[in-house]
Amino acid sequence: MSRKYCKTHEWVQKEGNLYVVGITDYAQEELGDIVFMNLPNVGDEVIADEPFADVESVKAVSDILSPYTGRIAEVNEDLLDRPELINEDPYKAWIVKLEDVSDSAELMGEAEYLAFIEQEG
Amino acid sequence: MCKKTPLYNEHVAHGGKMVEFAGYLLPVQYPHGIIQEHLAVRQGCGLFDVSHMGEIIIKGKQALENIQNLFCNNMEGMAIGRARYSPMLNRQGGVVDDVLVYRIDEDEYWLIANAANKDKDVSWIKAHLFGDVQMSDVSDKIAQLALQGPLSKKILNQLMNEEDIPAKNYTFTNHVKVAGVECLVSRTGYTGELGYELYMRGEDAVQVMRKLLEVGKPHGLILCGLGARDTLRLEAGMPLYGHEMSDEITPLEAGLAPFVKLDKPGFIGLEALKEKGEPNRIRVGLEVIGKGIVRENCSLYIGDRRVGQSTSGTMSPLTKKAIAMAFVDVSASAIGTQMEADVRGRRLPVVVVEMPFSKRSK
Repeated sequence: MSRKYCKTHEWVQKEGNLYVVGITDYAQEELGDIVFMNLPNVGDEVIADEPFADVESVKAVSDILSPYTGRIAEVNEDLLDRPELINEDPYKAWIVKLEDVSDSAELMGEAEYLAFIEQEG
Repeated sequence: MCKKTPLYNEHVAHGGKMVEFAGYLLPVQYPHGIIQEHLAVRQGCGLFDVSHMGEIIIKGKQALENIQNLFCNNMEGMAIGRARYSPMLNRQGGVVDDVLVYRIDEDEYWLIANAANKDKDVSWIKAHLFGDVQMSDVSDKIAQLALQGPLSKKILNQLMNEEDIPAKNYTFTNHVKVAGVECLVSRTGYTGELGYELYMRGEDAVQVMRKLLEVGKPHGLILCGLGARDTLRLEAGMPLYGHEMSDEITPLEAGLAPFVKLDKPGFIGLEALKEKGEPNRIRVGLEVIGKGIVRENCSLYIGDRRVGQSTSGTMSPLTKKAIAMAFVDVSASAIGTQMEADVRGRRLPVVVVEMPFSKRSK
């Protein structure tokens, strides 16, 4: 599966049995300098379209919503010490990996997402 | 409909991220980002468009008497070429606005007001003027640039004569030339650093900005937006109207006692302040222990007892610590007092620390 996008500016990509989740380039650009991440724990249950983590920029705090209902399989703990990795490369700096996913949020392909942010901006 | 400052096109050309603030479209940041902009001011120099600020002129034979009635700081004996900070109070002792008062001439004062309060200020002042005095609101004609940081004097000196640069804090020079443009230049600011504020006609602002950026570039001068303006004033421990001041907060609660002259003969709000006596709550600085950021409107607890509420907060770009301002019960205001902030349902430990959070650089 290629990368999919949420209206709330998360991305998700399937990797084996896991679903890798991060925030988009547009999201990091809008947030500005990211200075702190509140991350969930491995094993936490998450629900599609509901917050599972938050990201603090210098300006404000924002929720990160889950693209799927499922369970946290892995957490990118590098982000605790270096949250700016998301600013540097938001598609490499994943936040969590999900397993046992069921329901999904509304997901878009790349072209559709780019059109969507064009409209939003 | 949002107003634009005379520098709007320059902001857009420099990649400024434009947002609405107090009815104006202003840059919250440029491509460098808030942290780099903040550090430029602490370590080198930054340039801000603050043309949204209001300028109100009070002029006439009884200007001083009126100024003395309107403001709780004492303006008696202030020489021409000097400026003083003062809250302006309502009858209940709350703050209508906090302004800089410049003595321009024998019978002429300029008030520099917060953009969000300017119309309120004009109505308030109009309703309380007496005798031989006139007020005029010249905000739409005047542009203001703030050049802030340890290298600001060096940069300014390349565009104006050294003797025209105001030598002391809270002094200014008037009708001086900066890059060939007539300006009022004051040694003032909202960052806690050495810095200057330049007032000029709106139509001259682009020229001054471009020249400053040109000569400042080798010194690392960059444009800074509202985001850095807020983190800088917070780090410097300076209150912001709408956060640490309001119509319901007295200047004594806001920690502005040095600017409240209770022994001055009569000003609006004096009786209310006297009646209220010593405040029960007071503004303090907080530092978060451990990880997380406390922003505004977080309740503060010692055990189960609610002792206050935060009013501003961010991560300090300089110290990398999370800092905040808050109003707490006087009993919980001593330096070193530990408490917890309710941040979206989680309790973060915080401690009362001294302000400013960062010391001024040399």
